Amino acid sequence: MTNQKKFIVSHAPFWHDGSCISARSYHTMLAALPALLFGIFQYGMPAVGVVTFSIGCAMLWEVILNFAMKRSVSIGDGNAAVIGLLLAMLLPATAPWWFVVVGTFLAIVVGKMIYGGIGGNSFNPVVVAVAILGISWSNILDFNEAYINYDFSFAMLYPLATLKAYGVSAVSGFNAGDLLMGKQIGGIGATFGLGLIIGGIYLIIRGIIRWEIAVSFLVGVFVTAMLFNMADSSKYAGAGFHLLTGYTLIGAFFLASEDSSSPVNFVPMILYGLFAGLMTVLIRNIGAYIDGVIYALLVANLLSPVLDKIRPKVIGKVA
Amino acid sequence: MIKRSFVGLTTPSFEYSVKDSSISGPQKVAPSKTVRLIIESPFSRSVALKAGNEVKTGQRLCIGNACAVSGVTGKIASVERYVNQAGKACTAVVIEVAASEQIDDAFANACRSNPRKAAQEFLANAPGNPPMSLFDEGKGLDTVVICGADSDLDIVTQQQVLEQSTDAVQKGIAAIKKITGISNIVAVAPQSLMQKAGSIGASAKVVSNAYPAANPYWIMKDIIGKVVPAGKSWEDLGVCIMSAEAAASIGRAFDEGKAPAEKIITVVKKNGGKLLVSARIGTLFSDVFAAAGISVSGGDRIIVGGPMTGYAAYAEDQAVEAGTDAIMVQGASDITPVSDYPCINCGECARICPAKIQVNMLVRFCEAAKYQDAADLYDLHCCIECGLCSYVCVSRMPIFQYIKLAKHELARMNTAEATND
Ligand code: SF4
Ligand code: SF4
Repeated sequence: MTNQKKFIVSHAPFWHDGSCISARSYHTMLAALPALLFGIFQYGMPAVGVVTFSIGCAMLWEVILNFAMKRSVSIGDGNAAVIGLLLAMLLPATAPWWFVVVGTFLAIVVGKMIYGGIGGNSFNPVVVAVAILGISWSNILDFNEAYINYDFSFAMLYPLATLKAYGVSAVSGFNAGDLLMGKQIGGIGATFGLGLIIGGIYLIIRGIIRWEIAVSFLVGVFVTAMLFNMADSSKYAGAGFHLLTGYTLIGAFFLASEDSSSPVNFVPMILYGLFAGLMTVLIRNIGAYIDGVIYALLVANLLSPVLDKIRPKVIGKVA
Repeated sequence: MIKRSFVGLTTPSFEYSVKDSSISGPQKVAPSKTVRLIIESPFSRSVALKAGNEVKTGQRLCIGNACAVSGVTGKIASVERYVNQAGKACTAVVIEVAASEQIDDAFANACRSNPRKAAQEFLANAPGNPPMSLFDEGKGLDTVVICGADSDLDIVTQQQVLEQSTDAVQKGIAAIKKITGISNIVAVAPQSLMQKAGSIGASAKVVSNAYPAANPYWIMKDIIGKVVPAGKSWEDLGVCIMSAEAAASIGRAFDEGKAPAEKIITVVKKNGGKLLVSARIGTLFSDVFAAAGISVSGGDRIIVGGPMTGYAAYAEDQAVEAGTDAIMVQGASDITPVSDYPCINCGECARICPAKIQVNMLVRFCEAAKYQDAADLYDLHCCIECGLCSYVCVSRMPIFQYIKLAKHELARMNTAEATND
């Protein structure tokens, strides 16, 4: 028996479609590239610094936690890098180094690893991090303040902040075409609407994000903003403005659709997206915060498991 | 192997292989030295079954109530303990094949006195595994489904039988009608074989080419029009489902007066090339490989049955059994290993599950060994065992294995409870 050949023995099925987590991560990064490159082009080397430092820190935090938790090293799946990248895309290019260190700590450690790592988190790690950062250091995330030393050819005002402070008339200068082409200030990778849409469509086509979530989130934002605008157009900005400013687009395609914290069934996905969209505009229009995406997503994440209980009837189920 | 397409938005479709002229055979494979028969009963010493005894073709070898019918003439070389792929304790009988064949006439005699009993005693291990419930009067069966479609991907065995042994299948149906008195016989076949299916004395129904349409649960749902409720089987609904080969075995047995032993097998090579072989039950895989020109080496995988639902053999000296519709060899480089990653909740499994089970939740309960909850909350018993969830899992979790384990453990717990009461 000693010279017997050793065959691989395992359970069926013996075929696999070849998908894997790392490919998903890399495609997500690829999809983020247009918006990211635009941001780097806009803000220059400081943006490069924030992005690379954030990715590096995120991976480092994950390795540290891997060791602390005595697990195998998991940065190979690319998820930590994606988290670092997306976090950087939400930050201003002027974010100080310690801010990035804390941000990635919050995302990787508080947002992901303490739940057991990938797949265990009930909130989107990036959203958790930005929410805490925003509460603790709102001045650093204040884009008007952040870019005080920059001067571009367009209005150096964060559209949502302007809206909140000075009302609709103050933002009439922003037209949809300019916003779409990134002529606004904001997070490094969050301002180039067209790039985000292209990336989002790529992710949808590749089946990496669930289109139901992205689309219903945008519909939720659009319809709610439109209703507000119809009720009082002198007080509330139009739907297009809400779609193209702040974190709306990056939220739809890169944040709301995070696997672990969103539902997988059809009806729940739609409800989840609509709800997050509705909350976003509610917070922007009548809440205290400038942008509602982050807090809206946190609440939606919280509801996700409950929503996911709405599921199709299983064939053969005995009632 | 079907890989994920560039456009991942649509769920991939899996189609059964259709037998065409590119598949050669069946090529006859003769056992080179020994055959290996499996008796589904734990090993125990007996006078009838010991090394040195002569065995004739068609002779019953029994331990307790479980028997195997020898497909060859020869001398018993050894009787060994054997654990089958489901973990059941069995006995393996190795027979040295003799040069000349002698036919045992026990079946012919049994047929004359009581055909129903003869079938029960001699045909349980006939090629295609005729279900013995068919001959059990207490079962209350009223419909028999003869399946001329292969239930797993990449296999053409049943299509071959329906196409080339139409006569035997027809005789089998006649015998079934006569012995059991069941008149409602349905022949299920892919579109390409509808003519054959219509010519054998059964009502012909076409089965779709999209996996898992030929899965017995799906045949029940789509063709018979009865959904099998969770935890029940088609036989509980009065339907007996059997392969075309099983019907052909019954037909041949009563026609020729001897228990058949030639099994048709689809052999799939490492490069995906297919051929059909015909081998005696008990023929070692090594003999099949030699005849098909396949060389296997360590690190490869030998799959018995289809790529979705088969099982992996651990040695080349395992043997062809009554239900071995296919033997596939996968090269080491084509094997995607499972991982120990957790579920990332991507939802691919839930979207592809034909039974609409929320697999992403089910797998969590199975992983945590909460089997009863898996059954009560997330429909474990509705799983039709198609394997699609594992096929698409991004985390490459062995979901299907978890599901089978959960079912196995629950069944074990239930029997333990029953015996304690
Ligand atoms: S094996 Fe998986 S995909 Fe198939 S029915 Fe069962 S749970 Fe659903
Ligand atoms: S396919 Fe795998 S990773 Fe995705 S939800 Fe299902 S079990 Fe989880």
